[in-house]
Amino acid sequence: MSAELKAVVKRVGAETHIYETSVALADKGFNVLLGPTGAGKTTLIKLLAGLEKATSGQIWIKGRDVTHVNTQRRNISLVHQFFVNYPNMSVYENIASPLRVAGLRRQDRDRRVREAAELLKLTPMLNRRPSELSGGQQQRTALARAIVKEADLVLLDEPLANLDYKLREELRDELPKLFAGRGATVVYATSEPTEALLLGGHTATMQDGRVTHFGPTAEIYRAPADLATAEVFSDPPINTAPVTKTGTRMTLDGGVGWTVSGPIADVPDGTYTVGVRPHFITPRANGEGLVRLSGKVLITELSGSDSVAHFRVGRHVWVSQSRGIYQYRVGEMHDFLMDADRCLYFDAKGMLVG
Amino acid sequence: MRVRWLAPTVYIIFLMVPIYWLLNMSFKSTNEILGGFSLYPHDFTLDNYREIFRDPFWYGGYINSIIYVSLNMLISVTAALPAAYAFSRYRFLGDKHLFFWLLTNRMAPPAVFVLPFLQLYSEVGLFDTHIAVALAHCLFNIPLAVWILEGFMSGVPKELDETAYVDGYSFPKFFFKIFLPTIKSGIGVTAFFCFMFSWVEMLLAKNLTQIDAKPIVAAMTRTASASGYELGLLAAAGCLTIVPGAIVIYFVRNYIAKGFALGRV
Repeated sequence: MSAELKAVVKRVGAETHIYETSVALADKGFNVLLGPTGAGKTTLIKLLAGLEKATSGQIWIKGRDVTHVNTQRRNISLVHQFFVNYPNMSVYENIASPLRVAGLRRQDRDRRVREAAELLKLTPMLNRRPSELSGGQQQRTALARAIVKEADLVLLDEPLANLDYKLREELRDELPKLFAGRGATVVYATSEPTEALLLGGHTATMQDGRVTHFGPTAEIYRAPADLATAEVFSDPPINTAPVTKTGTRMTLDGGVGWTVSGPIADVPDGTYTVGVRPHFITPRANGEGLVRLSGKVLITELSGSDSVAHFRVGRHVWVSQSRGIYQYRVGEMHDFLMDADRCLYFDAKGMLVG
Repeated sequence: MRVRWLAPTVYIIFLMVPIYWLLNMSFKSTNEILGGFSLYPHDFTLDNYREIFRDPFWYGGYINSIIYVSLNMLISVTAALPAAYAFSRYRFLGDKHLFFWLLTNRMAPPAVFVLPFLQLYSEVGLFDTHIAVALAHCLFNIPLAVWILEGFMSGVPKELDETAYVDGYSFPKFFFKIFLPTIKSGIGVTAFFCFMFSWVEMLLAKNLTQIDAKPIVAAMTRTASASGYELGLLAAAGCLTIVPGAIVIYFVRNYIAKGFALGRV
């Protein structure tokens, strides 16, 4: 096992930043930490890096208990959200610095620095100072420094958050290739569910200092363990509404209902929370098991080539997201169709029941 | 708007008058100075400057001043660097109060400290040495240096430290190889401010020295000699005191404003 947190707790004064957390990260691949700002992603990364000490619990890296091992001796690399490079060194020296500290021979050092620079398209900039580079190039320099070290554990703390849209997409596509075949375990913190889906691998969703669910990314997206996970892992936010189950019949507040089958049909009758991702509510009919929701359109927006509409049914506001451009009229009634088969049901404690 | 140049010109002339007059006097003989009003030296002479570079009483004063000022710069910056790092990077009990009270030394006139220093230094045999003056000037220069350096250090993100540790740098290696070069302009400005305050300070420097470490400012208080008043000589000595400051300012000219704001721009 590459990196593991064993019952780690982090408290600062009276505040708990990380509640007791035990996670064994997946070996050799991307482990995405997904959560909103303040969820504890950076704290978790700093704990893994040894930049902060856990209040209790153990941290293991590559089969070694590193709880009390210094940052310098953990053989990790780290890229921050802000572009951090050594301003007094050239790009070449920046990339070479971890190797020089490790005492690598000059020729080996040179070869590896040039390899990493080539990979990150930094070769023409090697003699420049970081301050003479664009933001994207500065972050590439930081990434090159993280790669060149061939660390056991690579920690990326929202490395693309401060880049503009185009650069972010470009680097996001390159990232998995950069680390492929290097045998390093990558921890990648982000607040964007899309990034987690694009990077694949495993995902740990975080909220309020807790890891709510950890597993293969696609699996977590399809079947989030609880409501918190579903909320973190959905953009725009997942629709939730109380629903009453009687037999195989599900009824919303306004009286709209549908029939369910499969495991959810077997849970006891009562009140549950239904969660529907916005893109399973569309104005166009496609497929079976569709439930009609008629509501008054409140807000419409375009997001890329997607149309988003917020509409009110009874006391509840729903969000629909669909491919293509739709002209909704604000204030008018509109029919939306919900794919009932894709609904997630959570019990009173917020745990997924079907 | 034809007279737009007028206000700045008048202002600059006004500022430059005393310096011009000093320069003017330094090229006159004492007789000419006392002889009557003249806007420029009618009888141009370099004798005053020659006298300064010939007489050890005068040039020795410069050497003494430069020695204790350099010592003071070295001690102040060296002592302030770790202190400023602690204030900028760590939270500890009473850090904010301590940081503020550092400046209290600047709130009392230096004259207050003349007596204790004089007595102490006489007792321990430091009286009339360069290090005595350098240490005395630390009283106000170290707190100032801590304030200026702290400002510059806080401008460097903590993530730089973390990145260096992750890369494998030990703390001392990081501090000397990465951190200090990063804030080198701050160190330059701090050194300049230490230089400035130590160079112009007269009271402590004069009272803690007698012969061996007598600074130029003390030498200049000797207005009369066997041959009477030597105003031309004094003026020349005054002009020369400006030179080292001007040289130092030239090197840190781009960062001085930041230094006056204690590095917090």
